[in-house]
Amino acid sequence: MDAIESHEHDVLVIGAGGAGLRAAIEASAQGARVGLVCKSLLGKAHTVMAEGGIAAALAHVDPQDGWQTHFRDTMKGGSYLNHWRMAQIHAQESPDRVRELEQWGALFDRTPDGRILQRAFGGHTWKRLAHVGDRTGLEMIRTLQDRGVHQGLEVYMECTITRLFKDGNRIAGALGYWRATGQFVLFRARAVVLATGGIGKAYAVTSNSWEYTGDGQALAYDAGAELIDMEFVQFHPTGMVWPPGVMGLLVTEGVRGEGGILRNAKGDRFMWKYLPEARRNEYAADEDEARRWVEAAVAGRQTEDRRPPELSTRDNVSRAIYIEVREGRGTPHGGAFLDISYLPAERVRKKLPSMYHQFKELADVDITTQPMEVGPTTHYIMGGVRVDPDSGAATVPGLYAAGEAAAGLHGANRLGGNSLSDLVVFGRRAGLAATVYAKGSGAAPRVANAEVEAEIADLLAPFARKEGESPFEVHRALQECMGRNVGIFRTQEDMERGLEQLAALRQRADRVRAEGGRVYNPGWHMSRDLRHMIIVSEAITRSALLRRESRGAHSRLDFPAMDTELGKVNMCVTRRGDQMDVRPTPLPVMPAELRAVLEAKS
Amino acid sequence: MSAAPAAAPVAAPGAAPAAQPAGAREALLRVWRGDPAGGAEVEYRVPVEPGMVVLDAVHWIQGHLAPDLAVRWNCKAAKCGSCSAEVNGRPALMCKSRLDQFAAGAPITVRPLKTFPIVRDLVTDVSWNFEVNKRIPPFEPRADASWRWQQSDVDRIQEFRMCIECFLCQDVCHVLRSHELKHQFAGPRFLVRIAALEMHPMDGADRRAFLKDSAGIGLCNITKCCSEVCPEHIHITDNAIIPLKERVVDHFYDPLRWLWRMITGRPRRSP
Repeated sequence: MDAIESHEHDVLVIGAGGAGLRAAIEASAQGARVGLVCKSLLGKAHTVMAEGGIAAALAHVDPQDGWQTHFRDTMKGGSYLNHWRMAQIHAQESPDRVRELEQWGALFDRTPDGRILQRAFGGHTWKRLAHVGDRTGLEMIRTLQDRGVHQGLEVYMECTITRLFKDGNRIAGALGYWRATGQFVLFRARAVVLATGGIGKAYAVTSNSWEYTGDGQALAYDAGAELIDMEFVQFHPTGMVWPPGVMGLLVTEGVRGEGGILRNAKGDRFMWKYLPEARRNEYAADEDEARRWVEAAVAGRQTEDRRPPELSTRDNVSRAIYIEVREGRGTPHGGAFLDISYLPAERVRKKLPSMYHQFKELADVDITTQPMEVGPTTHYIMGGVRVDPDSGAATVPGLYAAGEAAAGLHGANRLGGNSLSDLVVFGRRAGLAATVYAKGSGAAPRVANAEVEAEIADLLAPFARKEGESPFEVHRALQECMGRNVGIFRTQEDMERGLEQLAALRQRADRVRAEGGRVYNPGWHMSRDLRHMIIVSEAITRSALLRRESRGAHSRLDFPAMDTELGKVNMCVTRRGDQMDVRPTPLPVMPAELRAVLEAKS
Repeated sequence: MSAAPAAAPVAAPGAAPAAQPAGAREALLRVWRGDPAGGAEVEYRVPVEPGMVVLDAVHWIQGHLAPDLAVRWNCKAAKCGSCSAEVNGRPALMCKSRLDQFAAGAPITVRPLKTFPIVRDLVTDVSWNFEVNKRIPPFEPRADASWRWQQSDVDRIQEFRMCIECFLCQDVCHVLRSHELKHQFAGPRFLVRIAALEMHPMDGADRRAFLKDSAGIGLCNITKCCSEVCPEHIHITDNAIIPLKERVVDHFYDPLRWLWRMITGRPRRSP
């Protein structure tokens, strides 16, 4: 083998969004030699897109809030399929992580008495989201980025990891390529933290960027780790639907948190119709009560009034909009109207500046005077790498995962705002545990040359083909397959057809051709991203087929009800040779004292 | 918004949007393609959809005509600052440059940022910026920080925190672009970052010597080109650079202070 560039680290963190940065900062603070690898430039990861806020029971605005209520909301929102221990840790530790961000320089909006301000969000009982207008993610990633840089993190920017290596059963390193040169780079590492985010690019209408190709889930799967809950893909209810170029672009839930009203083309405020019976009493009874709640929120007052129905959970609001459109009550471009224009223009611009500019510049809509048109967009995957709740350890020794790449916290549906807090709570824990593991891991693991050579040959194969499809062609077909067959509403027939198509797509992906050279060649990059997307797409489809019920974000037209028995299992995906194996595994048993918290009245 | 067409068919969420009818309007793009050794503008014809931006057109070319066309992008929503380029000679985010703002039929040129070395096609090597950032004395909370402050204290700095690091200001700044003084001048982006740190209500560090000696703030002669191209509409010159210049001048060039130092023999406060 020709000598290739190589680096040695105790802990290699893959992905530099909120989770990866927080993991790397922690590992470095604990004395590990850390490498942080990211596909984009530092500070561009998807965390930057998070708008509405970070959920933490600080109880600055609603003093009744506490970790117990946050825990209960998270479990309820996830239809009780969450790992109870992750939900508990998350609710208990997120306030400290938010305060820590502030101590590292983040500037959150303030309450009148000078503390961190919190806003309402879907599924959260109290006003809980610490925020910075509607650009909370930018504030968070910049704060973490600067913290990490000044701590001396070794950052490998625009570097894509394609395979993990093991020594026996333990992690030994990873291979990647520099996007800018196409040269390969080998990382020898005792521990690897996957913080690669989600899978949105497997769908055409998505709020996700090109990076979200399921790398972490696929790398872990290839390395023999277990994935769970892959059937739970969150379709965010409010993506832009017009113009075509911005279809799917996120419209923050903060619009509804600030009082945004959803109406169909006939002007009906339809969300009341879709509130689950069991939770109807958590929401305003009529327009008057909803308006009083918004007025109180604007004035920063406490109120006995209940929140508007638009603040139902994301799975529910997405289905509602979808059904309204399907039944012929959609807006001109096939969505619902979302209206915040009844509030003073100055307030809208102050609290939702990015949304104001986004609609003004990209859609010619002034949201202070006109309604927006919105519809569901692929946004987030609740499933991912199965991890130990306290440490983030995957089922392969030396492998860790955090953030969207990991599973367990959100169950069947994630509440808005719980993602940013997930990143910092579990990013920190994974960085800490990976360091402890690396320090105690004895002799350095070895990467087998033959495996590196085989991987390089595989990566270069698309250049050797004289003919073959463009990888972008196959990508479009994959997106169409997933959108059509494994979208918001699912049936056995559609998903079985989807599996057949995925098998054919895998063969097409194995025969694509890369034109041009290795220097910054997006077509070549896509040829490998495709493989990861196809693995996660198959995992989503197979898990969804086995879950013959509707729960959270997973809606089966052929099994519209919840099934108590299926509420006791996670679908678990593993690799058996070249075959994907999916089977139900029992949910961990919740201790009695937490069950009591869950059942207590808020 | 223009008059709405008849109700569109319900697209399955996650499904591809319906294809545009054939024979729709076309745009003519001239995209610079090449590498450090040289290159040229290449013409592409791209079918136009309503609301289309330059980045959509570049992606269409990549997806249908030239899969190896190098372009950097992420969010496509003007939030990440990755897709900076020079569109018809003006530094801009491709994701915010609507095709319908240009005269119909006239060619649209898309070239890489001029101030940074070419990697390939529209991608430049912006790593210098990340090196500058490392040298800035970081946030250092005062020992007596109370962590209570008012929204009005935050508003002023939040303007600077809106920076998405697109480096368009660095690209347009003549100190960097024409005089190539990267070794002496940190550029508008990092003066904005320093302003955010200096004006942070809880920060206790002193960056005045750094501003003068390492960041080269004196090289800025306030032509305000940076403010003009900022996609976040940050008043870079007026709100960040000028107040920082005043701080430096007050500290180092105030004749009374200079005299006081001469008499008392006290050193400057800053490191």
